[in-house]
Amino acid sequence: MDQQPMPSPDIATGRLTELELNHNFSDAHPPLSHEQALVEAERCFYCYDAPCIEACPTSIDIPRFIRAIATDNMQGSARTILDSNILGGSCARVCPTEILCEQKCVHNTLEEGRPVRIGQLQRHATDWQMEHGGQPFRRQPETGRRVAIVGAGPAGLACAHRLAMYGHDVVLYDRHAKAGGLNEYGVAAYKLSDDFAQKEVDFLLAIGGISVVGGRTLGVDLSVGDLKRDHDAVFLSIGLTGVRQLELEGEALDGVQDAVSFIETLRSMPKTDVPVGRRVVVIGGGNTAVDAAVQARRLGADEVTLVYRRGAENMSATAIEREWAQTNGVTVRLWASPVAIVQQEGALAGVEFARGSLNESGKPVYNAEDRFFIPADMVLKAVGQVFCHDPISGEEIAIENGRIMVDADYRTSMKGVYAGGDCTPGEDLTVAAVRDGRDAAEAINAALSSVA
Amino acid sequence: MADLTTVFAGIRSPNPFWLASAPPTDKEYNVRRAFEAGWGGVVWKTLGEDPPVVNVSSRYGSLDFNGARMIGLNNIELISDRPLATNIAEIKAVKRDYPDRAVIVSLMVPCEEDKWKAILPIVEETGADGIELNFGCPHGMSERNMGAAVGQVPEYVEMVTRWCKQNTRMPVIVKLTPNITNILMPARAAKRGGADAVSLINTIQSVIGVDLDQMAPMPVVGGKGTHGGYCGPAVKPIALRMIGEIARDPEMAGMPISGIGGIGSWRDAAEFLAMGSTTLQVCTAAMHYGFRIVEDMADGLSAWMDQKGYSSIDDVSGRALKQFVPWNQLNMKFKTIANIDQDACVSCGLCHIACEDTSHQAIAKTRVDGERHYEVIDEECVGCNLCAHVCPIDGCITMEPQPVEGHLTWPEHPNNPHRIMA
Repeated sequence: MDQQPMPSPDIATGRLTELELNHNFSDAHPPLSHEQALVEAERCFYCYDAPCIEACPTSIDIPRFIRAIATDNMQGSARTILDSNILGGSCARVCPTEILCEQKCVHNTLEEGRPVRIGQLQRHATDWQMEHGGQPFRRQPETGRRVAIVGAGPAGLACAHRLAMYGHDVVLYDRHAKAGGLNEYGVAAYKLSDDFAQKEVDFLLAIGGISVVGGRTLGVDLSVGDLKRDHDAVFLSIGLTGVRQLELEGEALDGVQDAVSFIETLRSMPKTDVPVGRRVVVIGGGNTAVDAAVQARRLGADEVTLVYRRGAENMSATAIEREWAQTNGVTVRLWASPVAIVQQEGALAGVEFARGSLNESGKPVYNAEDRFFIPADMVLKAVGQVFCHDPISGEEIAIENGRIMVDADYRTSMKGVYAGGDCTPGEDLTVAAVRDGRDAAEAINAALSSVA
Repeated sequence: MADLTTVFAGIRSPNPFWLASAPPTDKEYNVRRAFEAGWGGVVWKTLGEDPPVVNVSSRYGSLDFNGARMIGLNNIELISDRPLATNIAEIKAVKRDYPDRAVIVSLMVPCEEDKWKAILPIVEETGADGIELNFGCPHGMSERNMGAAVGQVPEYVEMVTRWCKQNTRMPVIVKLTPNITNILMPARAAKRGGADAVSLINTIQSVIGVDLDQMAPMPVVGGKGTHGGYCGPAVKPIALRMIGEIARDPEMAGMPISGIGGIGSWRDAAEFLAMGSTTLQVCTAAMHYGFRIVEDMADGLSAWMDQKGYSSIDDVSGRALKQFVPWNQLNMKFKTIANIDQDACVSCGLCHIACEDTSHQAIAKTRVDGERHYEVIDEECVGCNLCAHVCPIDGCITMEPQPVEGHLTWPEHPNNPHRIMA
């Protein structure tokens, strides 16, 4: 007698060949050739007091670095960028330039949608530096001061580099084995292909004076109090380690997963070993949702549907990201809120959504009667990340709106302890984290220099 | 349709566009292609005595600017390096097959009457329409006491011109070098010698650039460089001035001018005509894009003439001369003020920084509703035009002439210690 197999979602590895996977996870946007870069650089008007600079959280002198490309002063171009943003290479790749520098490019008023490709030019210059020039900055004489940084993401790395430049010694802790933070574990692989995140970390650390200690977790085998005792200052750049839940029954089923952990798995393993569902539903409207959905497709998922509870204009992923998902064969469904994870004989079968709209007072409302079902072998939740304050709950560090409260100099309420990046209030962008780290380092250096 | 036919010192051509004496006119093959493409005439690359000169390898250097290639070109090539008999036979064949086109032969032999006497009948025998005396070549030949070495000495210009006039029935065009302080001196000398026309400008002495790896001027020939002759779009302003200077000179009245120097479009052509030319010689633009450029030049010139109501080249020739005056005839009461079209402005700030740093602090940088805003301060604006030139948006900054009351030139101006008292 035939035995009925236990129903289980269709989740498998190896949906595509290694060759196909290599292709799918290579550079999403190939770099400009030097000739293309020259042509693009010459489009720049070299605006005075340029709006693009203002739009960049790290205030890179964009016209200056572009002019340097046009005059073939590649070293000067890269230095201009890296002076403001030592992670200029990854920012060139991951920044949503369409809502930052490129959105403000004056070319948009001339020819809509054709700004100077600032991100690509920045990549061109920083790639040149990494290939030809190495670390362009030198350390000042050693001060003998020691600073502990917790979290080796963009904020921590930027802070470490700037402190090292001033001659301080830095110990950079991270819970992961490798430094890089979201660049290493959280961003779509095709945005930072060829192990770029690690190459950039190596490039940055080449300044010297920074030791990376991986595998240490704040609140577990590391405490702010201890760090404070052993160092002259502490910088916390611990990011957002919590993820929001759907608060629906069945979230623990096999196949239901946080998009963040899905991406982290994908970034940490050979793509041939990453399991993906045949039919995938991604819930959320941010960059994590898009990165998860597109990468699921590129791993070989047949059908990927990204479902967001409100309209396209409300998505935190940019229009370009949304179009990128659609170009990659992701179906985007708007105005739908998950109401039930549907099981069949104890196994994940799909998700039921209620259709929504704006009511008269402009609030989204969902009609529990008006539902539809999307079958799924895998459900990826990308409904937001939150700051998890457990690691510092025992310390006298004030929290404000769910993040670490800091003043204009990145000082927390605990003396000698600074914080920046996603764990503090403000926009959650790599480039904003770099600015925080850099400016916190300036504040720390000023404080250390004024103390005899 | 405007009539582009030209009669220049008795030489007819179906349009004013001639190829200048230069590499494009060195051989029958090129010249036939040029005539097929529609050129009205050619000045054959300069013939000299046998044995022919020898040219080096690596001959041109380019001035590129902001991605634009060859806005200036210099060359260190000498005159034709082919035997005289070869050139003569080819000229004869071409003229026979294209009787309606102007074929002028450029010449350069040493400054001895016998030498000129010897070559003129040989050229005449080809049926060529005229000769052009190359008194302009500023490199190589000038070091052998020919070319510019003659052109820079008005007495020699006059003397050689006279020899030619006495020894040929062909019209004589004297090609002038710009490597001189006052262009009127050799121009008037040519006239005294009996020249039928002048052509200008020849190339300007130049070092186009330095190869920073070889540490040698470009073009580099086996590790070394030499000065060359500069031409192309960048020399146009120099040519226009010199042509205008000759065309408005009362002593030169009636002397036909063949304009040369950076002509690459119908608009350039119109400007050269307006400043007093009747024919136009082109080289760099053809070397850049090929002979086909003449199509748009002829077409565009004709369309523009129709639009303006000019029916012939003579209608246009010299039109701007009355308005080309010495500085002290300018009206000092005239005032123009910059105006920014705020709808066209992209807020690049270039007008502001140019005015703020290098001119009269007459463009204010402000914020309106948080957006960048640039506004002309009328009282501070001297009407220098700089902002309009740096603005990358066509028509965004316009210069607006203000109502003028009266006329006052420098000679009458109260600040002028030598003013003419009424």
